[in-house]
Amino acid sequence: MADLAARLAAFTQARIGLPRAGHALGTAATLAFDLAHAQARDAVHAAFDTGPLEAAFGAIVVHSAAPDRATYLQRPDLGRQLPAADAARLTKTGADTAIVVGDGLSATAVARHAVPLVTALRPLLGGVLAPIVAAHQARVALGDAIGAALGVDLLVMLIGERPGLSASDSLGAYITWQPRPGRHDSERNCVSNIRPPHGLDHETAAHRIAWLVHQARARRLTGIALKDESSADPRLPQAGHTIAP
Amino acid sequence: MPYHHDLGGTRHRFADLRTVMAAASPHRSGDVLAGIAATSAEQRVAARLVLADLPLAIFLTDLVVPYEGDEVSRLIIDSHDAAAFAAIAHLTVGSLRDWLLASDGAAIAAVAAGLTPEMVAAVTKIMRNQDLIAVAAKRRVITRFRSTIGLPGRLSVRLQPNHPTDDPAGIAAAILDGLLLGSGDAVIGINPAGDNVAAAHRLLLLLDELRQAYAIPTQACVLTHVTNTLQLIERGAPVDLCFQSIGGTEATNRGFGIDLALLAEAHAATLALGRGTLGDDVMYFETGQGSALSAGAHHGVDQQTLEARAQGVARAFRPLLVNSVVGFIGPEYLYDGRQILRAALEDHCTGKLLGLPMGLDICYTNHAEADQNDMDAILTLAGVAGVNFIMGVPGADDIMLNYQSTSFHDALYLRDVLGLKPAPEFEAWLLATGITDAAGRLAATPARLALPALLDG
Repeated sequence: MADLAARLAAFTQARIGLPRAGHALGTAATLAFDLAHAQARDAVHAAFDTGPLEAAFGAIVVHSAAPDRATYLQRPDLGRQLPAADAARLTKTGADTAIVVGDGLSATAVARHAVPLVTALRPLLGGVLAPIVAAHQARVALGDAIGAALGVDLLVMLIGERPGLSASDSLGAYITWQPRPGRHDSERNCVSNIRPPHGLDHETAAHRIAWLVHQARARRLTGIALKDESSADPRLPQAGHTIAP
Repeated sequence: MPYHHDLGGTRHRFADLRTVMAAASPHRSGDVLAGIAATSAEQRVAARLVLADLPLAIFLTDLVVPYEGDEVSRLIIDSHDAAAFAAIAHLTVGSLRDWLLASDGAAIAAVAAGLTPEMVAAVTKIMRNQDLIAVAAKRRVITRFRSTIGLPGRLSVRLQPNHPTDDPAGIAAAILDGLLLGSGDAVIGINPAGDNVAAAHRLLLLLDELRQAYAIPTQACVLTHVTNTLQLIERGAPVDLCFQSIGGTEATNRGFGIDLALLAEAHAATLALGRGTLGDDVMYFETGQGSALSAGAHHGVDQQTLEARAQGVARAFRPLLVNSVVGFIGPEYLYDGRQILRAALEDHCTGKLLGLPMGLDICYTNHAEADQNDMDAILTLAGVAGVNFIMGVPGADDIMLNYQSTSFHDALYLRDVLGLKPAPEFEAWLLATGITDAAGRLAATPARLALPALLDG
């Protein structure tokens, strides 16, 4: 059994071929599961430290209408709304492109990947870039309200993805043409699983995002239409089961 | 029609029946998100007091979603069996609870076609968790394809060998692991990573080859959209079961890309294949509280009532398997272990009362306030309540769908502590292959299944 189990386990990352204690999983496998779940939970509940983004890029910090994590998790509608006082601190400067960094469902992902990704991304985007915005308790669609306040045509939302047991630090990028409240998720393009060394590295992710941004400007749209035509391009991610934060 | 109840000088008013139903539901995040939950604990009980006094017949005339605009409402009303209803037509919601607790399983089964989804939703809102378990445990629903599922003293398992890239070797390895741990008698069912019909066809061929190579008395399923399954049937793929996610309103189902006519077409096409050996129950449905709100199609109706209506859709197609994916949709609908537990017991009980072969995907995501201890409690209570089947996911960790469910080991635990056995045909197969011993325990000398070619290199 031990030989067979080991042979089977080599074919998949799934938790198979694990030693038993009676009919239960053995201690090592049980604690390994607990550790993975603990890391995922910590990522969901970690506070978003905007300090590095302020220091590196002079980021403007805003909060969604969700006052705390418990509310954020139960009221996704509030995580998409930008209070008037926060919107008032974002002004139209003539910029046409903006980058927003939101905590989403993993502040751990943002802490690990946001500064190096933004550093790699900024020189590739073209256009006139607005100040970087860092958003607390943010859902993807909060970017629509931020983009409207900044008056930009293109918005790149970098946001922590829902942690799985195998990955608690995965960052996603959502690109939206003419961001305005009321946009549907089908009107965005996504680059997900930004998570070196196991997922996309920062340089590759930056190039994929920039490719989509340039396509969006040329065709004046984002979403399904853009994704459909680009799906043959091996550089772009295929549609998967990612649930947008 | 407005409703009210007076409590110590306070008159609690409710604008209509759906408002009473929503306020009477135990607290859960999805009803708060929809803006229809009770505004105080006292108002919640006032709503239950209103509900308890309502005659059951009112649910046949005062519809929570209007008949004219919703084909699920029309299905519920048009298929209502007045003869079966006659035995309970004189009851109120409150006296129905008492009647269910006092009646035996045969009496409850006899009125199933007279119960509507809204009636069973209403009565479960005034039932404690204990009541939900006690009533469901009396009501066995038995279905057959190549195995017999739902018999008393039996617990079946859906073997769920998902893989993030649908890699055939990875899937086959997880299937073997599950079989060697006694899982797979409800179905071996893969959620494919992609939406591609050719890829689903390859997975069905893999499943059919494994099933025949080991002569396993079970059924296989690739859980793809019903339109894909229709294409697979046209291509001659070995389709045992037709799967579909369904909801409790016409608009929710439109969001899923289906309607009742399409389900009927798929049901007929799958039946025509005639692949079952013991029976011809060929449909597999999944539901989940929150799906209608998530689709913007809830009509101001609470999520438990809509879940029961989704079960009403399932009932029209004689399914082999139905399960609620109870904690999958996220904490904005069921926030924590307590809410997931309550919903699991509700969904199981309402499904059984409607006559469905209810299983449960006892599960959670990492942003819900829940962990494996919560799943252990739900699993144990679901077993006591007589759940037909649960999920068997390797190590409880689905590496494709990124959520946690129950494991092959969890199923072994539940069979152990409650003295439950697998489906009889599968139990005999486990013994014949040497996976289990005569006492039903995993054999001391492990079974030696010859590896399929794709794993034997």
